[in-house]
Amino acid sequence: MIEAHGLTKRYGDELAVDDLTFTVRPGVVTGFLGPNGAGKSTTMRMILGLDAPTRGSVTVNGRPYREHAAPLREVGALLDARSVHPARSAYNHLRSLAQTSGIPRSRVDEVVEAVGLAGVARKRAGGFSLGMGQRLGIAAALLGDPRTVILDEPVNGLDTEGIRWIRSLLRGLAAEGRTIFVSSHLMSEMAMTAQHLIVIGRGRLIADAGTEELIARAAPGVVRVRSTDPEALAVLLRSPDVAVSRAGDGALAVSGLSTDEVGRAAGAAGITLLELTAQQASLEEAFVDMTRDAVEFRAPGQKGVQS
Amino acid sequence: MTAARPVIPARPSGPTERVSQARVVRSEWTKLRSLPSTAWSLLVTVVSIVGFGVLYCLLRVARPPDDPAALAAFDPTAVSLTGVQLAAIAVGVLGVLLVAGEYATGLVRTSFTAVPRRLPVLWGKAIVFALTTLAVCLPGTLVAFLAGQSILSEKRLDIALGHPGVARAVVGSALYLAAVGLLGLGLGALLRSTAGAVAALLGLLFGPQLLVGLLPGSWSDQLYRYLPVPAGAAVANVQPDPVILSPWTGFGLFCLYTGLVLALAAWRLARGDA
Repeated sequence: MIEAHGLTKRYGDELAVDDLTFTVRPGVVTGFLGPNGAGKSTTMRMILGLDAPTRGSVTVNGRPYREHAAPLREVGALLDARSVHPARSAYNHLRSLAQTSGIPRSRVDEVVEAVGLAGVARKRAGGFSLGMGQRLGIAAALLGDPRTVILDEPVNGLDTEGIRWIRSLLRGLAAEGRTIFVSSHLMSEMAMTAQHLIVIGRGRLIADAGTEELIARAAPGVVRVRSTDPEALAVLLRSPDVAVSRAGDGALAVSGLSTDEVGRAAGAAGITLLELTAQQASLEEAFVDMTRDAVEFRAPGQKGVQS
Repeated sequence: MTAARPVIPARPSGPTERVSQARVVRSEWTKLRSLPSTAWSLLVTVVSIVGFGVLYCLLRVARPPDDPAALAAFDPTAVSLTGVQLAAIAVGVLGVLLVAGEYATGLVRTSFTAVPRRLPVLWGKAIVFALTTLAVCLPGTLVAFLAGQSILSEKRLDIALGHPGVARAVVGSALYLAAVGLLGLGLGALLRSTAGAVAALLGLLFGPQLLVGLLPGSWSDQLYRYLPVPAGAAVANVQPDPVILSPWTGFGLFCLYTGLVLALAAWRLARGDA
């Protein structure tokens, strides 16, 4: 469980994180979504006690992170894959981390095996590919068998197989009742991984809702319909609640009605349908719209109007 | 990854898995040992101590002091320990790298996530590094002294380890090197940048003497003894010198300077952003 209250971070004139209040609950994967520079990494550093908030507070499992006596048991974190000395071997990196909390050598072997680095653990971490670096970071995060896992952009630079691996790993960890908090700037990725989303833009909270609810809200469905008589169908469907527009190839884009409703109306009027499909607006576009709105309300450097 | 679901094995709950200073010391020892640059820097340190000591002794045997005044002023201990001042640079730079290197690679964020109170990391590094340099430099100064004296004995210029002050000079030189290492470590933690901290280290070691040299003679004689290197090096002084502080007073002053830098580093570490 992560609880942030009015979390604010100012660097000089720049307000990196602006009055964030949210709760990350155990048992589900919570995505932390925002464009690059939105304040995600700063927020994560404040959660981990690396940066001190200008105002507000944040606790992990009921306490400020710095007050935990056994921090690796409480939180495992991947901040960025290169938080490793390149000349040191992966094994010694993990071993030195484990020793700070008296975690035995056998556990180091266990996580190395689990993330699939057993063959290269004795090699210099500096020679690792991006994907291997991410796996090493995840091994470090899981050393203490933590109740809360915080990962900053874990799929960055990973191949498809690596992404799938992380996705199922996170789901599995959440199913075990852990709190999983993962940041990304890709909404499509988060939509597949996270059950809950916290969206920020320019340091401010934009949305805090279930993934499905958020997608439905941000990207309402559009029905694409092609018929023998588009003119008549457009007149037939149009109403104060329904918008109809023409697509280039003679099809109509109808929003506000389901495919069932469009089909029935056309059938009743005797119009032959050639194509009837439900389309979802691109998640990425919806996300860009959502964050752009938040940005438009405020001039740079000024405190924005709550949207 | 062929498993249907990734299995990160769970662990039995470990209420004993708390961070402690002793555990952080163990962790820092692993970190120090597992970097190849540590071994290289320490090798350079020992080679500097012994190599330059031997070289300078050979030089003095080739051109021995010829008049009684020069013979009286000849300090065989100091001659055989000439390399210590050079070794100080290697040890100090290694100290800088131990901390600034973590900032440069981003490792420091991992370290402070594991040890969120941060200060145990600084003290852990200091303890491990001081003991390591001492363990390496003490044999180094002893070998440099013994090798040097055997060379000097050819012209009967040598001195025995049992002579008053000589053993203290040999041990004190190793202690001085450990203290310089800690000074570098403190500067690395305070400035967080390798280049900045190395510049500050060299500035502190050599700059003050240059500046004081510009002052009128009576002032510079008064001030000289309180400067870091003259004060610290006093611990290796065998022949009484009125311009220099007494051995342990001088070394104590150097430790005070080092302690001040470490205290500033600790202060910055504990309160600021990592």
